[in-house]
Amino acid sequence: MINVKNLTKRYGTSVVVDDFAMEVASGDSVALWGPNGAGKTTVIRCLLGLVSYDGEIAVDGLDARTHGKAVRSLIGYVPQELSFYDDMRVVDLLDYSASLRGIGQKRVDEVAEQLGLDEHQNKLVRELSGGLKQRLGLATALVPDPPVLLLDEPTSNLDATARDAAIRVLEGLRHEGRTLLVTSHHIEEVGMLVDRVIAMEAGKTVTECAPYDLAEELGLRAWLHLITDIGQAEKATLVLTGAGFNARQNSKGVLVEVSAQQKGKAVAVLQGAGIDVEDLEVWR
Amino acid sequence: MTAITGNVVERAEASAIMKIARKELKGTVSSRWFWMWVVAFVGLAAVLVMVALPSSSIDGQAGFGRTAASLVTLVQIIIPLMGLALGAMSIAGQRESGALRFLMSHPVSRTEAFWGIYVGHVAALGIAAGAGFGVAGLVTALRGVSGGAAPFVWIALTSWFLAVAMLGLGMLISTYAAKSASALGIAVFVWLVLVFLGDLGLMGTAAATNMPVSALFVSALLNPVEAFRLTAMTALSGSLDALGPAGIYAADTLGDSLGVALFGVLALWLVVPVVFAWRRFNGKADL
Repeated sequence: MINVKNLTKRYGTSVVVDDFAMEVASGDSVALWGPNGAGKTTVIRCLLGLVSYDGEIAVDGLDARTHGKAVRSLIGYVPQELSFYDDMRVVDLLDYSASLRGIGQKRVDEVAEQLGLDEHQNKLVRELSGGLKQRLGLATALVPDPPVLLLDEPTSNLDATARDAAIRVLEGLRHEGRTLLVTSHHIEEVGMLVDRVIAMEAGKTVTECAPYDLAEELGLRAWLHLITDIGQAEKATLVLTGAGFNARQNSKGVLVEVSAQQKGKAVAVLQGAGIDVEDLEVWR
Repeated sequence: MTAITGNVVERAEASAIMKIARKELKGTVSSRWFWMWVVAFVGLAAVLVMVALPSSSIDGQAGFGRTAASLVTLVQIIIPLMGLALGAMSIAGQRESGALRFLMSHPVSRTEAFWGIYVGHVAALGIAAGAGFGVAGLVTALRGVSGGAAPFVWIALTSWFLAVAMLGLGMLISTYAAKSASALGIAVFVWLVLVFLGDLGLMGTAAATNMPVSALFVSALLNPVEAFRLTAMTALSGSLDALGPAGIYAADTLGDSLGVALFGVLALWLVVPVVFAWRRFNGKADL
């Protein structure tokens, strides 16, 4: 569905996307993951024809450079935020977006109801919470029922509750068989949203893998905070150090560095030494 | 209409332009600053008309013609700033806020987006000019004054044309500026040059260099605000005698076609900047 070859984007002398390639089959859900400045959003902007680029981009066989309108008619785009239409009413924004795609009121009402926006239709965009704004962005993208959805950092401005709600909606979309391309810098959420991750850094692909393998592929490590009886904290630290872990005691238990795929191993070592782990937290 | 985006030609549809224009118009007329402009223009127009009407004559005008004459100076100052500011903020402002990227994520071409924004703002400026001249006309009519309606309507229309010409110039600035604040700053500078420095500078240059009257007249036409003023003077009195030698030269040279020629210059200002702005917007690599 989406084919990108030799994509390079420069701003002046700065190369933001460097010989990037990607293939996304119809129905695939793929994340572009990476830190800020990795080039994820620029790839999305190239797909939409918002910026010039070198290389080739095709969506459903159509060249994005020469068939921009046709390509965009296949794509629903959810921007990071909708703050630029703060003075518009929700219903007016949905109608406007739908009218640009030649879509009628019935479909707008359907999508508004589906995303729980129907009761907020007469509010101004600025009156919506972050979660509702995100849903509004999603609604504008879903109104044309597009085969491809591009979601730029869909949970970046949301609190924990709104993020959970957004992830549930996006999981639903993933199972509808749409082609999803999501940008994110949250490693923990890409596993819930996509089947495949393309990790980017400095405009290049670092690795491409299943979300579960991403942390291992990138050699990412986490800190586990293991809460133990305070009287056993010193012993726990010694046991873990003895087992080869980088561990240190703190006021509630032990902090131990683990590989992202082997968090349970440290817990098992302590249990083997007869030390109860009352609770644990993951610190990245 | 077809548009060239880089090396790409995409067909533009009038219906898409009108949809964008409607949204732009609605957005502009619901903004606070737009109504501040309108209230300032309407208020000053009403005051000027009330002051002007009891006097015996303005340039020999009577009735609505006198009302129109009293508004020409106000139009020369306020309308260009309104058009330039609106145009300057249009593209740069939307690019900065992300609204332009959101619009262009829909199946619309750059040509449709550009002309949609332009048409929406043209309509908004029509409302502003219409409100100012409408209130002035109403005040005039309520005072029982009649006659001279044709030049009044003509000057109202040319005021709108001046606003639209300035809008095109503002949009041209907007397509080059990286930030809306820079665009607005350049627009205010251009306004100062056109409204104040242009007039005074031309007079000063003419006096200092003994500029020939033909060159003085042509130089005046290079300024759209002057082109409007000359068009208005011709509509009101049928001649440019008040301009002195340059006016007499213009009348002698152009004869009966003076009015048409002046309007032609204003029309060029209406078309040229906005076409350049459109070409620039279409050719721009990144939004």
